[in-house]
Amino acid sequence: MSAVTELVVGLGSCGIAAGARQVHEALLAELAARGLKVPVTSTGCIGACHREPLVEVRTAGGRFLYGDLDAGKARQLVEAHVVGGSPVQELLIPEDYPYLARQRKIVLANCGVIDPESLEDYLAAEGYQALRKVLTSLTPEQVIAEVQTSGLRGRGGAGFSTGLKWSLARSSRPGKRYLVCNADEGDPGAFMDRSLLESDPHAVLEGMAIAAYAIGADEAYMYVRAEYPLAIKRLEIAIQQAKQKKLLGTRIMGSDFSFEIHVKEGAGAFVCGEETALMSSIEGKRGMPTLRPPFPAERGLWGAPTNINNVETYGNVPYILRRGGAEYAKLGTAKSKGTKVFALAGKIKHGGMIEVPMGITLREVIFGVGGGIAGDKKFKAVQLGGPSGGCIPESLLEVQVDYDSLTATGAIMGSGGMVVMDESTCMVDVARYFLSFTQSESCGKCTFCRIGTKRMLETLERICGGQGRMSDIDLLQELALKVRLASLCGLGQTAPNPVLTTLRYFQEEYEEHIREKRCRAKQCRALIRYRVIPETCTGCLACAKACPTQAAVGERKKVHTIIQDKCIQCGLCFQACRFDAIEVLTGPEAAAVAPTDAGAAEGGAA
Amino acid sequence: MEHVADSFERLLEAWRGQKGNVIPLLQKTQKLRGFLSNEDMARIARVTGKSPAEIYGVATFYAQFRFQPPGRHTMKVCHGTACHVNGADSLDTTLKMELGIETGQTTADGEYSLEKVACLGCCSLAPVVMLDSEVHGRLTGDKLKKVLRKGKS
Ligand SMILES: Cc1cc2nc3c(=O)[nH]c(=O)nc-3n(C[C@H](O)[C@H](O)[C@H](O)COP(=O)(O)O)c2cc1C
Repeated sequence: MSAVTELVVGLGSCGIAAGARQVHEALLAELAARGLKVPVTSTGCIGACHREPLVEVRTAGGRFLYGDLDAGKARQLVEAHVVGGSPVQELLIPEDYPYLARQRKIVLANCGVIDPESLEDYLAAEGYQALRKVLTSLTPEQVIAEVQTSGLRGRGGAGFSTGLKWSLARSSRPGKRYLVCNADEGDPGAFMDRSLLESDPHAVLEGMAIAAYAIGADEAYMYVRAEYPLAIKRLEIAIQQAKQKKLLGTRIMGSDFSFEIHVKEGAGAFVCGEETALMSSIEGKRGMPTLRPPFPAERGLWGAPTNINNVETYGNVPYILRRGGAEYAKLGTAKSKGTKVFALAGKIKHGGMIEVPMGITLREVIFGVGGGIAGDKKFKAVQLGGPSGGCIPESLLEVQVDYDSLTATGAIMGSGGMVVMDESTCMVDVARYFLSFTQSESCGKCTFCRIGTKRMLETLERICGGQGRMSDIDLLQELALKVRLASLCGLGQTAPNPVLTTLRYFQEEYEEHIREKRCRAKQCRALIRYRVIPETCTGCLACAKACPTQAAVGERKKVHTIIQDKCIQCGLCFQACRFDAIEVLTGPEAAAVAPTDAGAAEGGAA
Repeated sequence: MEHVADSFERLLEAWRGQKGNVIPLLQKTQKLRGFLSNEDMARIARVTGKSPAEIYGVATFYAQFRFQPPGRHTMKVCHGTACHVNGADSLDTTLKMELGIETGQTTADGEYSLEKVACLGCCSLAPVVMLDSEVHGRLTGDKLKKVLRKGKS
């Protein structure tokens, strides 16, 4: 066994939330107490978020990844591996762990490997070599041609050709022009851009510098979500470092090219992810979208030609310029090249940030990389593209991950949110959830988006609340079409997608809600009732303690009961019961135990 | 208090005349004061050459801005997709019962504000909440009560 040379702690937001700082401190304290001088460094997102906190032990002979650590296990690791020289097998994540083995990392190559706050680390990983090559040997036109050869398409959702976008910006009228990086990442269930910025900020900066050179811009704005303080901090550090080393700023690497980057913190409006709204927001106005054309390439920030791309799009650029567009284009399908980063979450066994080659099937992603459904429940659907996307059912899991195949299902590639749902997820409730999101985020400019989404939401709330009518299904279809057609920007145009896809693939769930007052997933509060199973109840009082409304009552060691007219169906008793002694009823069975005057409770599924 | 007032003046001066200064000024003022008062917004209007109505229009457009002082601690419940399918609603129920307030309100003792947030991006740890600047994940009603109790002590 070779000696341990370094301990690396994953300190992305997810790691920190799972307790990585405590692990970090425990490692330092234990090493100090033993008088050991092994360096403890930090890195960003290692990607296996479901095993956080993560620590990598590096030795001359190889790397060992440990997961699910806490302070105690961290001390154990020091004792056994650092002092004793032998890995702690039961804490080790094996090298052939399918979650890691089936991925293909280009954008995320450095994530969880280098220290995001160290420029030296990035330089050692071929960092800024692409920029050097561009500035010393390529014309802007050659750079654009290389990106066009790569086939790279925008990763922010719409999938527009990046090379074409750059060439439009380049050939726009002469004079001042801007570059913008869209790091607003508003889709709920998506955290790819945040992780990339937290884990490898220089790669995005390098991609931006190359883009700026290509289109002839000397100034850029990065618009970053306000909820991402760590990403903002690391970006600012990276910009500072790059400036000091003349990798950003005036006369970069001694060339004629100068380029400066400002970081702008978003202020919490989903619609500001839309490019025209985003630019209004940078200018200090209300973030309302405007009609295109003119496109940003003609008239963007402060009226100047502007190129706007997503974080991950820029993150691909250094690789393309280092290895060549043709090499990049070897990966993927005919029309979707390269890889895609996904935030795999929901009811998945192994969730986290993953990168897979385009063309892989959804089944391979969910069951191969993600290990299938948590708790071995039954898969129901996978949601792609957040509020603009849709739910794909089991029968379509052989679909390839590429822009066109996914669009054909009614969902979209989207920016990379991939939320897996199982039999305990109600598809009507999911549609209601996304509509309540888009409805509250609609900026209000277009009538159909402002009021149409409201009417759709009310209809869905009615169905979840047990008050639905069969005509509601046609009403939803009709409203969906109108909202799509009569909205100016993508928010309204795509807002109906979650409803349309759930209607397309799960219409029987809507019908059950309406006809039988049955929610088969047992999620819609108005359609369910909780009941104690007398044969199994041990009288432990756990449910009574958990119940917020004193509906669950009983005496110790005697069978408990739930007083139905006090119960708000919050499910906390069900969560608290350790003996499976509480059952959830729906449909006629629920109606049978419901208090007679309650009818369908107010508040719907909320 | 004087100290805060001085910092506010310095802030206004630092951003005077800069392109796109409205939102950064609102953000930094809120960081300093905890919320945006009508008086502060009027000062920002003067410095940026806009009308108070325009400034108010911008501020109310964005979810980030508050117009009332927040509690000493802010509890944000994540309602991202992953948190939603993993029971964010029942966390809301627990918090409403424990704190006796609705989302968007502050407890009478000024201790806690309860807010909802679209997504914190810690989806693998769903359901999560953020108490002040710390994220707590893999929560149940019980664990959440413990988080609250720790916050109080
Ligand atoms: C409502 C709405 C929200 C959007 N949010 C984002 C976002 O959070 N991040 C992003 O990169 N693109 C977002 N977009 C897409 C942008 O308008 C734009 O297409 C993208 O930034 C272009 O970059 P790309 O070509 O590199 O994908 C959004 C679009 C709409 C209509």
